[in-house]
Amino acid sequence: MGAIYILWLRELKRYVRSRVQIVVSLGQPCLYLLALGFGLGPVFKQAGQGSYLQFMAPGVVGMTVLFSSVFSGIAMLWDRQFGFLKETLVAPVSRMQIMIGRTLGGATVAVIQGTLILVICLIAGFRPHSWLAIPTAFLFVVLIAVVFAALGTAIGSVLNDMQGFQLIMNFLVMPIFFLSGALFPLANLPFAMKIITKLDPLTYGVDGLRGALIQTWQFSALIDVSVLALIGVLFLSVGAYLFSKIEV
Amino acid sequence: MIRVQNLTKKFGDFTAVNDISFDVAQGEIFAFLGPNGAGKTTTIKILTTLLRPTSGKIELDGLDPTVKQKDARQRFGIVFQDPSLDAEQTAYENMDLHGVLYHVPRKLRAERAEKLLKLFELWDRKDSYVKTFSGGMKRRLEIARGLLHTPRILFLDEPTLGLDPQSRNQLWTHVKHLNETEKTTVFLTTHYMDEADRVAHRIAVMDHGTIVAQGTSAELKEQTGSDSLEGAFLALTGSSLRDEGANSADALRQVAKMWRR
Repeated sequence: MGAIYILWLRELKRYVRSRVQIVVSLGQPCLYLLALGFGLGPVFKQAGQGSYLQFMAPGVVGMTVLFSSVFSGIAMLWDRQFGFLKETLVAPVSRMQIMIGRTLGGATVAVIQGTLILVICLIAGFRPHSWLAIPTAFLFVVLIAVVFAALGTAIGSVLNDMQGFQLIMNFLVMPIFFLSGALFPLANLPFAMKIITKLDPLTYGVDGLRGALIQTWQFSALIDVSVLALIGVLFLSVGAYLFSKIEV
Repeated sequence: MIRVQNLTKKFGDFTAVNDISFDVAQGEIFAFLGPNGAGKTTTIKILTTLLRPTSGKIELDGLDPTVKQKDARQRFGIVFQDPSLDAEQTAYENMDLHGVLYHVPRKLRAERAEKLLKLFELWDRKDSYVKTFSGGMKRRLEIARGLLHTPRILFLDEPTLGLDPQSRNQLWTHVKHLNETEKTTVFLTTHYMDEADRVAHRIAVMDHGTIVAQGTSAELKEQTGSDSLEGAFLALTGSSLRDEGANSADALRQVAKMWRR
């Protein structure tokens, strides 16, 4: 337990201490929120869908959590490069504990980031249908964070260099974001697109967030939670397996 | 304390360590010398559970590290060839994190951390981030950290690489002092013959994955009829440069690594 705690704490300390990075990582979602939220707002309204800001704010929260949690896993590249990873791998604790500590740390940071961006959304004019929805939304934020922190750990375990990092960003993380329905409604999509969005784990996270916050469900709370929990367990197992195979 | 019998490690077709055997007694300082790519680091990695041997028997303090991995890890401290500190945390936090990972109780952790940081003259800087430290300070901190859980064996893989003569000198003084006061067995590798000559009780010379000679510094000199350890080393390993060999060996290791993934 001590090992999990201290590695979790380390991730948190690193986050709190890098103030510049906090601002930078909140910048991108803010840009989406302002540029798209206000830019596409009028078109969205004319199409009879109501306020775009209301619609996309849950998506932007999902995006923030996604990016932050995947990054935390891939940050393992730095630990590999600067050698700290070795120090933990040669310690008399199981790899499982190390992996869990790191992943939970990354997930916690992602939850904090998601919460901060939700606050920014509220400042920008977003209003949930009821304040009681916040705890439910929080549950989805946590689920998204764990799912993608585990995915990040799995990826970080097999990546060896920075080139791989770009590859993952462009061909995995960005598609996961764009195909999740974070920016557009999933109803009436072309068939192929419908299939793809259903295969994207973030779709269920965004749906859960949107459902909780503005009561627009594509699926249902039960489906969203079950799918996310299932994928979370799957990614954690794969992450644990790949992490146990790291050789330095 | 360390017993190695017929140890072999192959990466695919490449044999990095070929049938080596040696013993290190309790409280001894044992040096591994050899040109680049001789297999020194591979041997340390096997002894410290980071790599599995292809064949052969190893024992650390009576334990087989390939079987009793965690127990073995608890008993040794290691300073890697390249740094392994967390630069974004303070010196003290690095020590504390290590103590937690090695199950050192809180009170003892604080005591040991203070004692070792003072011993290695880092106590004044305990709350500074490691990224602000000089190379010598980082090395000292790594050794202090490696000793926090009172290991019975300390592995030092080229600990003085890139340090100035003052830092090197100071570092070995500390290591000798620890060896005398805490009776820690020390297993080290280095490229500096004068260091091995000065610090080590016994020396093994490794080349192309095998041990070509072992004994005290005096024995090695006598065996080769040289008047310095450097002369003995060159007589044993030849004077051809190994950088090419080392690189191709490294490349092979990389390839082997990729294929195993």
